[in-house]
Amino acid sequence: MRSSASGRVATGLGLALLAACSTPSTPSAVEEAPASTAYTIWDPYPQYDATSEWVRLLEGCGAQAGVTVERTGYDTSDLTNKALLAAQQGNSPDVLIVDNPVVSTLAEAGVLTTTAENKLDVSAVSPNLLGAGQSGGETFGVPIGANTLALYYNKDVLDKAGVDPATVTDWAALTAALEKVTTSGGKGITFSAIGTEEGSFQFLPWFWGSGANLTKLDSPEGVAAVTLWADWLKKGYAPNSVINNTQTTSWQEFATGEYAFAENGTWQLANAEKAGFPYGVIPIPAKAGGPAPAPTGGEFVAIPVQEDTGRYATSQKLVACLTNGENSLKTTTTLSYIAPTDSVQQQQVAADAKLGVWVEAVKVAKGRTGDDLGTKYPKISEPMWGAVQAALSSSKPPQQAMTEAQSAAASATQ
Amino acid sequence: MRVRLRSGQWAAWAFLAPVGLYLVVFYAYPLYRNVELSLRNYTVRSFVRGDAPFAGFGNYLKVFDDPAFGPALWHTVVFTVVSLVFQFTIGLALALFFVQNFPLSATLRALFLVPWLLPLIVSASTWTWLLNSESGVVNAALGVAGLGPVNWLTSPDWSLWSVTIANIWIGVPFNLVVLYSGLQAIPASVYEAAALDGANRRQRFWRITFPLLRPVSAITLLLGLVYTLKVFDIIWIMTRGGPSGSSTTFATWSYRLGFGNLVPSFGPGAAVGNLLIVAALVFGLVYVRTLHRREA
Repeated sequence: MRSSASGRVATGLGLALLAACSTPSTPSAVEEAPASTAYTIWDPYPQYDATSEWVRLLEGCGAQAGVTVERTGYDTSDLTNKALLAAQQGNSPDVLIVDNPVVSTLAEAGVLTTTAENKLDVSAVSPNLLGAGQSGGETFGVPIGANTLALYYNKDVLDKAGVDPATVTDWAALTAALEKVTTSGGKGITFSAIGTEEGSFQFLPWFWGSGANLTKLDSPEGVAAVTLWADWLKKGYAPNSVINNTQTTSWQEFATGEYAFAENGTWQLANAEKAGFPYGVIPIPAKAGGPAPAPTGGEFVAIPVQEDTGRYATSQKLVACLTNGENSLKTTTTLSYIAPTDSVQQQQVAADAKLGVWVEAVKVAKGRTGDDLGTKYPKISEPMWGAVQAALSSSKPPQQAMTEAQSAAASATQ
Repeated sequence: MRVRLRSGQWAAWAFLAPVGLYLVVFYAYPLYRNVELSLRNYTVRSFVRGDAPFAGFGNYLKVFDDPAFGPALWHTVVFTVVSLVFQFTIGLALALFFVQNFPLSATLRALFLVPWLLPLIVSASTWTWLLNSESGVVNAALGVAGLGPVNWLTSPDWSLWSVTIANIWIGVPFNLVVLYSGLQAIPASVYEAAALDGANRRQRFWRITFPLLRPVSAITLLLGLVYTLKVFDIIWIMTRGGPSGSSTTFATWSYRLGFGNLVPSFGPGAAVGNLLIVAALVFGLVYVRTLHRREA
């Protein structure tokens, strides 16, 4: 008896491990189906434990809907695979919170319900934020909050170099400022150009800010953006370590107090307060001036397809609770995000004026999977980060790197 | 139809069942699934629905055709061969050193095991910090010595060497331990006889130690080969296989195809993984064959 029961568990384990192909994966994909009054929520915030504000908010929403909430936090990169596996085995969570560029992938896989099916109200959400969750005219979720990139600056370093951050409004002014900083003995700018999606995320504001389009990587505008970064490295305005920097290690460089600028996100605000030097934030400049469109970060709340469609009504209540009106303020404050709706954004700025720059940045931000790219985006992003790495490490000149990336992207997306 | 079994046979099958079940669940089935995965054209949609069309060797052809294939193959060979040569040589030198049993040798030997005991994420992260272009200790030391900084992890010329060095460091203790126990198994009387015959140190090593250590050396190298072929964590943590593919091996490439992108390509990823399994299998068979021949 005992051996047959453990055998079944073992088979399940083998299955989960297997389908995950050889990566070390925890066997959590084979959980028991929840009882009817228990609703499962998966989120990518493992840093919040059961006593955190975030989890209490989830439990509160569950209580309002008259159900108990079973919440599991996964590592962001792990969650996509977990969601796909769970869908394959027919035990998707009731509510799934995922990084926005993943939404189109899951939608393509048929894992998520549309707003037409689940009756979520998305009318108040800013269209540029909603874009990442739309494909083929359907909407597959609600943004829970947004973040994006801007330039943090170290006031001490800029003062020493005699640079006024207010003048840094286009590429030429930024490069000139970096030159002044370097000659005054400071270090210029740090960012993340690592060979993962993170590298593309950081490169996009410059790429889009130059006027380039993801459908044509090797346009003169696209090459100009890579050349800008490559030249900074060549002239020593940016450290060579950016090629291997994650956004976290890039922040650690900025936190040493030696760098004038750092490209980073809303989520570093709390760390900036702790950095021990006066800092400020300016939008990332476009080539010809004005703020460049940065990619939107942040998660979407979605309702995965269930066999028992009767569950959608309660799931919808849970999602609405997390994203509606005053709760949205609470959610975004808890997660330190910018709200996806105008009205809540205004409340946020009223409460904390420092968020003003970020609200502006979020307004001009663009979804990576928008422009009707959807699941094509990842196939363009990979050659793009490869080209950036090739140009920065001088293994290929920018033009050649982008031309090769374009032909790789074209053959992958046809 | 029924086959009557004696109670003794029943007991025999019952004893075999756990290990049989274990092998099927944890070895045969995963292997079968990985082969199946590599022969089908999976998209995210067909992965969820389980109706991926059969693609034959399409995924393999795609992998062979990929411009990343040649460099990845070359990097895998260089990484494995250089790692093995240095791990074995250094491990053997240390084993010969420790077998002399001087005071505190046991303590020192235990210290040499540290790289092996550390979780790979810890050692790989530590190497990343040491080799950082801007703030790394290694470049600081080079600066003191009057040498220019080297972009260990961010230059395409150096990244493969950096991950290889880290991997050698991690693999030396394993070689040390196995070769050390092999050395202890060589009877002292053989050395005494050789000394009486007037053999010098060098002759004693090449004529006695090395030949008598050959079986142990062979298994050490084989295990090292299988282990090194599949090294993933160190490379992924230190360079992500970059910059622009300059430290990508089959192991990191397979991961990148399967999981490193928002839209996974499970088929080609599994195909690359299977190529690694075949490579390890070939060397395993060569080992079994030479063992067999020597025994015969």
